[in-house]
Amino acid sequence: MPHRSNVNASTCQNITFFSHTFTLTHPSVLDLKEIMPSGEVKLIGAWASPFVMRPRVALNLKSVPYEFLQETFGSKSELLLKSNPVHKKIPVLLHADKPVCESNIIVEYIDETWSSSGPSILPSHPYDRAMARFWAAYIDEKWFVALRNFLKAEGEEEKKAVVAQMEEGNALLEKAFIDCSKGKPFFNGDNIGYLDISLGSFLAWLRVTELAASHKLLDEAKTPSLCKWAELFCNDPAVKPVMPETAKLAEFAKKIFAKPQA
Amino acid sequence: MAERSDTEEVKLLGMWASPFSRRIEVALTLKGVPYEFSEQDITNKSSLLLQLNPVYKMIPVLVHNGKPISESLVILEYIDDTWRNNPILPQDPCERATARFLAKLIDQQICVAAMKVVGKVGEERDAAVEATRDLLMFLEKELVGKDFFGGRSLGFVDIVATLVAFWLMRTEDLLGVKVVPVELFPEIHRWVKNLLGNDVIKKCIPPKDEHLAYIRARMDKLNLKSA
Repeated sequence: MPHRSNVNASTCQNITFFSHTFTLTHPSVLDLKEIMPSGEVKLIGAWASPFVMRPRVALNLKSVPYEFLQETFGSKSELLLKSNPVHKKIPVLLHADKPVCESNIIVEYIDETWSSSGPSILPSHPYDRAMARFWAAYIDEKWFVALRNFLKAEGEEEKKAVVAQMEEGNALLEKAFIDCSKGKPFFNGDNIGYLDISLGSFLAWLRVTELAASHKLLDEAKTPSLCKWAELFCNDPAVKPVMPETAKLAEFAKKIFAKPQA
Repeated sequence: MAERSDTEEVKLLGMWASPFSRRIEVALTLKGVPYEFSEQDITNKSSLLLQLNPVYKMIPVLVHNGKPISESLVILEYIDDTWRNNPILPQDPCERATARFLAKLIDQQICVAAMKVVGKVGEERDAAVEATRDLLMFLEKELVGKDFFGGRSLGFVDIVATLVAFWLMRTEDLLGVKVVPVELFPEIHRWVKNLLGNDVIKKCIPPKDEHLAYIRARMDKLNLKSA
């Protein structure tokens, strides 16, 4: 059951936090020019959100302990609103009370801040980094939108059109996987990385959608590499503890989609 | 001096009036990277463009040693990763995250809101102006006490925000509505003045008269109201 952690008044200390969103280049009370990254790490999020899952996997990869502050579905905490005044959305990473927003941006932040800990999340070669960023943006702006449209689609015609869109996207990602992985098990090579996390975070929702629609969206015949990759990703030790269970997520999906739309 | 081998080939497929194409030219010029510019007709896309950017079929596309990179923000980061002189992104991870956040805000929200101002009339336009201003306030606050978003010199957000300075703000004359009035956005206006004093910017932005003529022609073609 999602719960809210106790956040004390000093954590929400008035405006220093709000102003950090806009004046991060100004000298602040909190000295960030330390050699070893220190300071408490908190993540505002929710267990069911694929976007929240991304920084959780990244923090696991870097073995960074953090406090998970779960938002209650349907309401936004004062801490969230103060930490992300622009979008008011999860996830938000709080590192020594400084907020970092946007899931993929948070993942890069984690990679850069804890660079000497654990494997690299972004590839090292500039061209590979560009490919990882390109496909991560594609996944959020096109592929995920198609998945969301599939969930909302009504009637056979609409469903057919969205399925065609999804299949086109999957074919692109299958090719991207072959190009990026260069024969290794993950987009990032031997270890999971930025692009694996970006796509992999949607796998639980993909499974729930497949079950609800009785329609396989990721097909072994059409996208064999992606299917193999998906299984490996889900079994990765950094992923397993934070990947929502399909049954639990399906129940949750039923609940939230059952609510009347405003 | 940018480090480069003599065999390095840098080509940019772009379009003279596109903010997304011009920002790449700013970055390459800042780094002193010589490049070949290939002007593309976006109304009649070349087979080269379709081959190099099959996913989106859009400019800009940077081709470096035969390898294509698309999406302007991805290209900017690639340029910064490849040519390490005159860094575009800050060093500190928190500042880098803020820069990336603001760049995304500009492209995905401010740009979209601003296009609604152009595309709508009456009450819908007023609402779009309001929405654009709310978003611009975040940029306004970020500029307090700074010459540029990047501090004393041009950075990632400045390069991306040229869209605001030279596309949104230039269009105000044509629209007959001040989306970004100086009374509400003194910092942004001050920043635009700073940009206009910068040699790289002066070299890389489209010439004003031609640019306005182009936008007016496009608006007329799309039957949009112009002043």
